[in-house]
Amino acid sequence: MAAEPIIQLAGITKTYQTGEVLVHALVDVDLTVAKGEMVAIMGPSGSGKSTLMNVIGCLDRPTKGSYRFEGREVATLQKSELSALRLSAFGFVFQGFQLIARTSALDNVALPLVYADVPIAERKQRAKEALGRVGLAGREAATAAQLSGGQQQRVAIARALVNRPRLILADEPTGALDTRTSVEVLVLLQSLHASGISIVLVTHEPDIAVYAERRLVVRDGRIVSDEKQTPQNAAADLTTMPEKAA
Amino acid sequence: MSAIASIVPLAFGALRRNRMRSLLTSLGVIIGVGALIVTVASGEGSKAVLEEQLATLGTNLLIVLPGSSTLGGVRGGPGTGKPLTHADLLAILKGASAARYAAPVDRTVVQVVLDNQNWLTTVYGSTPDFFAIREWAIARGRLFNGSESDSGAKVCVIGQTVAAQLFGASDPLGQIVRVKAMPCEVVGVLASKGQSSQGQDQDDLVVMPWKTYKSRMMSQSPLYVGSILVSAISPDDVSHAETQVTGILRQQHRQSDAELDDFTVRNLADLAATQEKSADAQAGMLLNVAAVSLLVGGIGIMNIMLVSVTERTREIGIRLAIGASENKVLLQFLVEAVVLSAAGGLIGIALGIGGSLALASAMGWPFVLTPFWIVIAFGISMAIGVIFGFYPARKAARMNPIDALRFE
Repeated sequence: MAAEPIIQLAGITKTYQTGEVLVHALVDVDLTVAKGEMVAIMGPSGSGKSTLMNVIGCLDRPTKGSYRFEGREVATLQKSELSALRLSAFGFVFQGFQLIARTSALDNVALPLVYADVPIAERKQRAKEALGRVGLAGREAATAAQLSGGQQQRVAIARALVNRPRLILADEPTGALDTRTSVEVLVLLQSLHASGISIVLVTHEPDIAVYAERRLVVRDGRIVSDEKQTPQNAAADLTTMPEKAA
Repeated sequence: MSAIASIVPLAFGALRRNRMRSLLTSLGVIIGVGALIVTVASGEGSKAVLEEQLATLGTNLLIVLPGSSTLGGVRGGPGTGKPLTHADLLAILKGASAARYAAPVDRTVVQVVLDNQNWLTTVYGSTPDFFAIREWAIARGRLFNGSESDSGAKVCVIGQTVAAQLFGASDPLGQIVRVKAMPCEVVGVLASKGQSSQGQDQDDLVVMPWKTYKSRMMSQSPLYVGSILVSAISPDDVSHAETQVTGILRQQHRQSDAELDDFTVRNLADLAATQEKSADAQAGMLLNVAAVSLLVGGIGIMNIMLVSVTERTREIGIRLAIGASENKVLLQFLVEAVVLSAAGGLIGIALGIGGSLALASAMGWPFVLTPFWIVIAFGISMAIGVIFGFYPARKAARMNPIDALRFE
């Protein structure tokens, strides 16, 4: 492939000390993801897929190995440099939505912009646009408790894209959602992908992984399979599904 | 600066979400600052009262008392030793340049009679200087003058209490009262001075010329003087006047350098200093109480901030994961703590002022509170927020985002 790499992992090893036991969460992982790719990482629980995502998302530093993000070595960066990188380049969609309680959707979405010192008027404008992009225009004032699970996950996606990231990391984004709502979320992710954002999707559901164009399988801290595939079209699938009784 | 401006609303938002708890958390600081303000205001108020009372004694006042005798190890009080003489008074009037006035004072407690009314009161013999020294104004009539004083005229001025007791509503001026056995014309009624700092009624007195008192009423030779009041020219001259009076009297009494003074010169500034010292000691104790409650208030804030940090672990994880720097998370929690304590400080200042006003009106004090103390109280409450908020805020900032996000 001619596309420039966005992620280059070489010899990444992550070891945890849990009491007396050394846990090898990642063992000598090599991985290259091209700019604009949509990759699904699969594996059973405890396989190391979450650790892999945390390393890619600069939430965790590898014990050993080299991680180049957009060509820049980040495995050795300071904590403050890592948070600056997360703020500017990454968008996170966490398992279980992880919205701030009793806070409006707009304020939740605007949060990364607060930390990026964006002026308040621009902050509101961009947060509003992001909410519109995920189909939640008009729900700006709603708090998490007033939104359904699917809507909360859309708020989380709006928050992930409000800072115009180059890479969106989604950890089990459909974990708490029913099938139809899951596909709706995938429609959103595919449209973001279509707009040029690279996406890394962690899931244990094969039904979800089919929407990515590349599928990795992690087991015991190693990548055991790495296949390109033709992604299924989530939007098309959605039309075949029965409407939810509102 | 823009960083702080965008973080502060986050802190306010978090506090608004937990209004009741925010208020309870501030309670310690509210009470501490309130106590501090009440302490300071009541201290300043009672001091003002004290100063007012001391001022009624006359400012720049020196009191000269005769010496005491020591006989076989038994020491008598003033008056048992060498007496002061009228010549001593004249020497002071002539020689003490730092003194503006000097007046002899003799007094005794006698029955004063008007027709079928009588009243037991203190009768003073002195000169017109007495009124100048005590800064005592006349309410009605006039003071006795210098020539009446020198000739020993049978005139007197009476205090408000005596006027009320003997004359009731009728006019005392020009009336003749019998003091001991001597008839005496009332020429004036003194202005009221109220109670002294010891609670004595200062208006319960009769003042007549010293010569009249000595020669006519007491039938004594006008030679010895009970005590002498001296007023210095200004507060700065009090100690100078004291030195001069001491020197003059030693000379008058022909004392050698080896001898101790056979008289006593008392300085009212010393008295004031003693009373102020005891008032300060009390205020100091109350300040300690305020300091302890502020400390407890600070610990309360730290405690609740720690609970809050634990409770909001996931929220902190979200903030850190999406790219908030440690400094910004630290700042947010620090601002929360400072807002809590500063708001507590403001409420405490308001309550403290209210409490001080109530106390002042109940105790009859003036309400005195210098803005300096309000600034100090507010500064202390801010500082408490910073000091006791720092540890919880650092704990929040140093969280590992991965663990924090998984926290249940």
